[in-house]
Amino acid sequence: MRCDQLGDVLSEAAEGNRVLDKSARRHVEQCLRCQAEVVQYRRLLKALRAMRTEVLEPSPGLLPEILAAIEEAGERSALRSLLSGRRVAYIGGIAAATAAAAGGAIVIATRSRKRLRLAS
Amino acid sequence: MPVEVADLVAAAQAGDRQAFDELVRVTYADTYTLAYRLTGDEEDAQDVVQEAYLRAFRGLKRFRGDAQFSTWMYRITANCASTYLGKRSRHRHDELSEELAVSDERESANPELRAETGALRDRLQVALRALPPRLRAVVVLRDIYDLPHEAIAAELGISESAAKVRLHRARRKLREDLFSIPGDVGEAHAM
Repeated sequence: MRCDQLGDVLSEAAEGNRVLDKSARRHVEQCLRCQAEVVQYRRLLKALRAMRTEVLEPSPGLLPEILAAIEEAGERSALRSLLSGRRVAYIGGIAAATAAAAGGAIVIATRSRKRLRLAS
Repeated sequence: MPVEVADLVAAAQAGDRQAFDELVRVTYADTYTLAYRLTGDEEDAQDVVQEAYLRAFRGLKRFRGDAQFSTWMYRITANCASTYLGKRSRHRHDELSEELAVSDERESANPELRAETGALRDRLQVALRALPPRLRAVVVLRDIYDLPHEAIAAELGISESAAKVRLHRARRKLREDLFSIPGDVGEAHAM
C-alpha cells in the first residue's frame, strides 16, 4: 500500500470516526510519514475545536442595528395582520350587504308577484 | 440549553418581543463570530447576522427546542452566509472561486497577522482565512461548531458527499499550510 492510497482515511482516523482496516493499519504502523500525518491531523482538529470557545467582539453598532431591524419587521408584521384583519372585516361586510340586498330583492320580487296576481 | 436562554426562547415564542431582544443580546456575539468566520469580512458578517436574526424572528414558532437555540442559530447563520456569498459571487464573479482567498480587513486582525507569533492557534486563523470560502464554510461548521454533515449539506445547499469531500480538502489544505516542510508535500512512497 502507498501513502496516497490512504486518501482521506487518515483525517477520519485522527477524528476518531474511522477504524483503519488491516492493510491500512499495517501501513501506518510502518510509515513514519503517515504517522506524522495522523499526529498533525489530531493537532489540527484539537486546535479547531478550541476555537469554539473564542468569541469575536462585534462593532458596537451591530446590536442596535439588529434590534432596529427586528423592530421594523415586527411593526410590518403587526401592520400586515391588522390589514388582513380589516380585509376580513371588509369582505365580511360586503358579503353581508350583498346577502341583505339579495334577500331584499327576493322579498320585493315576491310582493310584486302577489300584487300582480291580486290585480289580475 | 442553558435555562436562561430556554426561558427567553419560550417567552419569545409566546410573543414577548422584549424576550426576543434579550435573546439577541445574549447570543449575537457568538453568531457574529460564526458569520465572520464564514464570510471573512466584518461588514459581510454584520449583514449576515442581521438577516439571520430576522429569519429567526420570523421562524421562532417553528423552533421546537429539540436542539439548542445556539445550534439552530448556527444553521440559520450558515444558510444566510451561503445565500449572501452566493449572491455576491453572482455580482462579483470571481469572489467565491475555489482558488481565491478572502483577505481579512479587520483592523484588529492586521497586527496579529503581522506579528506572526508562530503559535499554532494564530497560524491556524491565518490559514483558515486563506482557505477558499466554500472549503472554509464546511471546516468551520464541522470542526469548530460540530454540526453534523447532514445539517451542513442542508444549509449550504449541497449533497452530503460533496460536504465530506470539501471537508477533507479543507483539512488537507490546512494541515499542509500549518505543518508541511518545504519540498515534502505530495511525495508519497510505497511501503
